[in-house]
Amino acid sequence: MRSTHDMGGDPEAGPIDRSQHQLDDWEILADALNQVAGVKGIKRTDETRRAREEMDSKAYLSLSYYERWIASLETILVEKGFMTREEIDRKVAELEEKWGEP
Amino acid sequence: MAHEHGPGEEHEAGPRHELSHWAKRAYAMRALLIEKGVVTEEDIRQQAELTESRTPANGARLVALAWTEPEFKARLVADPKKVCAEMGIDATTLNEFVILENTDRVRHMVVCTLCSCYPRPILGRPPDWYKSFNYRKRAVNDPRGVMREFGLELPDEVEVRVHDSTADMRYLVIPARPAGTEDLSVEELEKLVTRDSMIGVMDALPAVPE
Repeated sequence: MRSTHDMGGDPEAGPIDRSQHQLDDWEILADALNQVAGVKGIKRTDETRRAREEMDSKAYLSLSYYERWIASLETILVEKGFMTREEIDRKVAELEEKWGEP
Repeated sequence: MAHEHGPGEEHEAGPRHELSHWAKRAYAMRALLIEKGVVTEEDIRQQAELTESRTPANGARLVALAWTEPEFKARLVADPKKVCAEMGIDATTLNEFVILENTDRVRHMVVCTLCSCYPRPILGRPPDWYKSFNYRKRAVNDPRGVMREFGLELPDEVEVRVHDSTADMRYLVIPARPAGTEDLSVEELEKLVTRDSMIGVMDALPAVPE
């Protein structure tokens, strides 16, 4: 069975949406973090691609483009021992505290 | 202000609880990478700036010169990365970089069916439609239908070759030079070379009559 990401030639396809969205700050950051990680030799493109491609089907189809990038970068950073998921959880809580309540 | 803070700067201002789960984790990873000394804020800022500076204008320069100087085109096709370096375009992050030339009989179209691989140093970030599931699905088995949606009706006798990009292989299409552009300067020609024509889903813009 084909993986979800392997979608070339899938007959279940519709018209192409040619509209362009303005990137949010977090998307620019996601892009920059991925590029920096590549330039610094932390990961190669095929490694983040692999991490993206092995995401479960539901997540792959429901996350936005740069959300998939962040998820795959996290997988690689954790696999390679740069940080743990728990550290990221704690940092998110810390940042939420700093950003204040909505 | 949407861009009050660059991606390399700390977001002091709240509230940012409206961020999605994964967006928050991007900021957390950024903070941890800096705290651990893996990268610096300056590294991230510089990378974001470099990315912003890469636009389809780079590709348009290559194409306009290829149209006007046969010797340049021959060198570009033979060793694209070397020619990019000479032109001040840093394409060193591309492993293999292949130039495809459209002719009257053969047209090339580029896709990344598995994700979004794209010649970023030459064309900047890929457009949203290039990354869309429908383009990734249809480019390989319905390229003529895709081109028709972009406004291009191809005669049946024209062969279409679709190139599927990979982490190690990126492509740039040299579209056909529009008719009636013999007297235009390289700078004027550059304006006719659109991003979509260098992906191969469209022709270059027609010359504007005086």
